Amino acid sequence: MSGHNGKVGRAHRIPLPTLAVATFVLVTLALALVFFVAPNDADQGFRQRIFYFHVSIAFTSYLCFGAGAWKALRHLWKRDPHADLESYVAVHQGVIFGALVLLTGTIWAKTSWGHWWVWSEDQLVLFLVLFLFYAAYFMLRYSVDPGPQRANMSAVYALFGVVLVPVSFMAIRLSQRLIHPQVFTRHGANFGGWILVTYLVAQAAVLVLAYTLYRVELTGKLIDARLRELRLA
Amino acid sequence: MIAARKLGRVFGEKRVLRNVDLDVPDGGFALVTGPNGSGKTTLLRICAGLAQPTEGELHVDVSRERIGFLAHDPLVYRELTGLENLELYGRLYRIAERKERIGMLLERFGLWDARHERVSAYSRGMTQRLALCRVLLHEPELLVLDEPYTALDTQGAELLDAQLQELHGARTFLVSTHDPQRVEHFATTGLALA
Amino acid sequence: MTYVADVSALARKDLLLELRAKDTLPSMLLFVVSVFVVFHFSLPSGSSDVAASGLLWVAIIFTALLALGRAFVPEREQHVLDALVLAPCDRSAIWLAKSIATFAFLAAAEVVALPVFALFFEPVSGPMLAGVALADVGICAVGTFVGATAVATRARELLLPLLFLPLAIPLVIGGVGASVATDPARYLGFLGLYDLLFALLCWAAFEYVVVE
Repeated sequence: MSGHNGKVGRAHRIPLPTLAVATFVLVTLALALVFFVAPNDADQGFRQRIFYFHVSIAFTSYLCFGAGAWKALRHLWKRDPHADLESYVAVHQGVIFGALVLLTGTIWAKTSWGHWWVWSEDQLVLFLVLFLFYAAYFMLRYSVDPGPQRANMSAVYALFGVVLVPVSFMAIRLSQRLIHPQVFTRHGANFGGWILVTYLVAQAAVLVLAYTLYRVELTGKLIDARLRELRLA
Repeated sequence: MIAARKLGRVFGEKRVLRNVDLDVPDGGFALVTGPNGSGKTTLLRICAGLAQPTEGELHVDVSRERIGFLAHDPLVYRELTGLENLELYGRLYRIAERKERIGMLLERFGLWDARHERVSAYSRGMTQRLALCRVLLHEPELLVLDEPYTALDTQGAELLDAQLQELHGARTFLVSTHDPQRVEHFATTGLALA
Repeated sequence: MTYVADVSALARKDLLLELRAKDTLPSMLLFVVSVFVVFHFSLPSGSSDVAASGLLWVAIIFTALLALGRAFVPEREQHVLDALVLAPCDRSAIWLAKSIATFAFLAAAEVVALPVFALFFEPVSGPMLAGVALADVGICAVGTFVGATAVATRARELLLPLLFLPLAIPLVIGGVGASVATDPARYLGFLGLYDLLFALLCWAAFEYVVVE
């Protein structure tokens, strides 16, 4: 479990301090672009800006769940020794950002339509279902003692989650046709120029932030695991 | 048949096995002793393939269907009859001439008359004898017995003695007990867990 | 072919156990009829068809949870699962056999529940029935898998609904859609897709949740 040079865990290419600086720079840049540079949306005005973060965070969350599932597969298939913790931390990041999706989504809904929650927004409903699913992941994980069985169960569950994403999305789309024939319409923005740049920077910022948090938490978890190993030797 | 090196197992915050080495040749009889909580059951479960070690290496040269495992629990369904239980295991282990073999074992262990009664009506000794039938049903090459004498009545214990006498040398045994006197004379290897 | 023999031996055992114990199925029947009565009082008068169909699906899900909670009880209480895991059969056969047995119980409960539903609320249409059948497959496949997982944890029965319900949401959507939509085929197709994907996943993954 302990790597070379006394470092714990897998050797990652980009050192943590570099990541932290990159995060700071990108987030600042993104905030500047979103609030000062990007043009106002035609019918929603200033309030629409939260959308840059909402979409970026949603995409990042999906990516985290996907990464969690990939690591889970590596654990089950290749018996990769760190994969279980990496999968867990990725899922954890996914849930944190998922919660932020729900938060930004409700803020956007309130400022756009006057309701804190709208069932007609597919993405929002999907994240609600995913949030419930992955929250149960943590309940499962904490209900089993650390060991091979917990790692296997978590990995299997993470894989179920990643299959659930498209299936739920399909289901929710189907359900909208039944329940909400009235759809809130939104004029699509011209996705060019500064809007595109702002979105890309925001997305990059959120991705780097997520990766930094992932590395920080993973290091902590690996150290915990190593300590536990030493304590129980 | 069994080769274990530096086997370890942790459950949550408790270490149950530490640095266990074990070698059992074909036809050997390994006796595992130790007080309660010393990890005998865990070691046997790992060797039988029901649990994974958290450290160390284990090689067991026999496939799952040639292993017979006797646990603390009899591992029989209480709401099925003795016969139905053995029928189920007989099918799962794909035993040839199933009915004859089941009949023979039930007779040998004195359970023939009770074969149509539900296990919930059996005495503890009878249940353990049924468990022994279950273990011996598929003529396993490796017998892993976890404190086999504990729940047996006198009749059952004598029958088990006879079985061990008949089979030792021809089959491999891994037996745990906290009453070694009974089986010491069979043992070719000993392992004392702290 | 031995796989089929293993599955049928195990499924027979589960059906036999229930026939002896006679506790799960009667409870499910009583539960589902009681739930319908509760629905009657909780639905405002003049509620649409969609509302009543929706509640049918809630009833099915929770009745299924009743059966699923009991599914692995004999294996857990006497640790018999160890003996099954040790047997030469593929571990997925254990899951498949349990799913089949649970499906049988759920179907048996629905044979009573659906006519009662038709009596209390509204008639049961062909697509609704097809939806029930397809959703049952998904419920039993996923529910049995989750049930086996839950049984190995400390929280046990508490964990089963938490793990199961998010996975059941698409099934409810598919089922309600099949019952009330003008184009039920789309929803039935979706249910079939869910069943295929998740049954495959459960079948492949069961091995990993039963070894300690």
